Amino acid sequence: MQLLQIIEKHGRQPEDLISILLDYQACKTDNYISEDDVKMLARQLNLTESRIYSVLTFYTLLSTKPRGKYVVQVCNDVPCYVKGSVNVLKILEKTLGIQEGETTADGVFTLEFTSCLGCCDKAPAMRIGGQLYGNLDEGKIGEIIAKYRGQ
Amino acid sequence: MKTKNEIIKTLVTKRCGVIKPDSIEEFIGAGGYQAVVKAFSMQPEQIIGEVKASNLKGRGGAGFPTGIKMDAVLKAEGSPKYIICNADEGEPGNFKDKYLMENDPHQLLEGMIICAYAVGASHGYIYIRGEYGDSMTALEKAIADAKANGWLGANIKGSGFSFDVMVHSGAGSYVCGEEFALIESLEGKPGRPRNKPPYPTTAGFRDKPTMISNVETFSNIGIIVNGGGEAFKAIGTETSAGTRLISLSGNVKNPGVYEVPFGVTLADIVYGLGEGAPDGQKIKMVQLGGASGPIIPPELLDIRLDYKDLADEGISIGSGAVIVIDERFGMMEILERIMKFFCRESCGKCTPCREGNRQILNILNKFIACKASEEDIKNLTSICNVMCLTSFCGLGQAAPTAVLTTLKYFGGEYTGRLAAKS
Repeated sequence: MQLLQIIEKHGRQPEDLISILLDYQACKTDNYISEDDVKMLARQLNLTESRIYSVLTFYTLLSTKPRGKYVVQVCNDVPCYVKGSVNVLKILEKTLGIQEGETTADGVFTLEFTSCLGCCDKAPAMRIGGQLYGNLDEGKIGEIIAKYRGQ
Repeated sequence: MKTKNEIIKTLVTKRCGVIKPDSIEEFIGAGGYQAVVKAFSMQPEQIIGEVKASNLKGRGGAGFPTGIKMDAVLKAEGSPKYIICNADEGEPGNFKDKYLMENDPHQLLEGMIICAYAVGASHGYIYIRGEYGDSMTALEKAIADAKANGWLGANIKGSGFSFDVMVHSGAGSYVCGEEFALIESLEGKPGRPRNKPPYPTTAGFRDKPTMISNVETFSNIGIIVNGGGEAFKAIGTETSAGTRLISLSGNVKNPGVYEVPFGVTLADIVYGLGEGAPDGQKIKMVQLGGASGPIIPPELLDIRLDYKDLADEGISIGSGAVIVIDERFGMMEILERIMKFFCRESCGKCTPCREGNRQILNILNKFIACKASEEDIKNLTSICNVMCLTSFCGLGQAAPTAVLTTLKYFGGEYTGRLAAKS
């Protein structure tokens, strides 16, 4: 099964925990680490569940709640803000029909804020499933979301 | 007004956009890895001597002299020793390390190999923030190609020196840019900083001697070894050697990454390279370094990019971000956004940072609502100063910088929002 393959790839040391969690979450369609996952990981890595949760709840790219197949992350920092990221959020909320922090009913999209994505020269920017999109406007956002809907 | 060509100096970025970043052949064809060959003909102390002579200071923001750091790791007892590249470029408004990793990844590896040889390290890690997927792909490819061509691995180019590098992904945490928080994260734990001393140079990753430096710092090492420390020191000003990569963003016509020698003015960067604000707007303020940096009025842009000149004004440019904000934006809404960022990213370990950021935000909200009193200005100043003096790590110490500098330079924005006295 997938988790065991990922553990074999990274190793069974406590040091490997974050890499394992990131890789495992990335291959799950619901984009999160469940209670059952934590129990299994604790057994496999010989760590306590609390040790795993200490990492899981510290890092923003890891989630303990089910998320959509595609996580849409909107930059929330000043360089994007002064180039109109508030509008990006509003357009996305309108297009997806959800608020920030929510998941669409069909489980396809989750809308989240993110810290700086490092493409401030192409602000405003967002990231979907690891892919960066910059220089956004309403038309471009609509096209990008339509493309993911079609997949 | 100087022209763009008079302002820019390409040293670290000389191959960026010129060679294909995923081609080790093109890198070598453009003089790449020559510095490694030269370094192997030198004694470790000689290499460190050149880095010391170059006056290179860490480009991550703190500006610690790199040669002194290398010397400390070389002399530290304990084995194995580690090299860590801090590529956790989480400071909002910074994207120059991303630029270097994605446009010249081998140059970073070259610098890490030389440093490893000089300090006697056998393993290296590049800790890249989780949001930088493209940077990870670029470095993983570069490492694989370097291994296949004998520039990494056992007995590099017959030198008898062995060194391996791995890419490690961050998982979304600003505080992991702090060196000990990063090391904790690399060890598979939540990224909370450790007490100093001991410093990473003596007890870092796995409690072993560790050289941890920024992407741009490592990317300068090959240049210093090739050209010599004295030649490097001649670039820039008397008090600041070499060039800086500037991440220019916000309300400017030409945002982007620019490499400039120390000694140019901030106005050269904002107006000369960025061509000022678009749409006929006027610049209201400029934030230097990122969210943790000072906010200054346009009148101060005549300051030179120089460690001493900036320090004399009580400010710093940190890791090189320049965020331009025009008059369409209110200062309070910018500050609110910055303080929300720090509330979210504070790791919660120490009280001044965990509570201070929240209290600053509470008080700012009073100013936003025009319900603040004189007392609030006093309290705001006091909380900021306590955070600067007593926070456990750089995050809490630097978080109030934007508020403190706006109190100094934009005092009227605060007093203009006091509640009307009845």
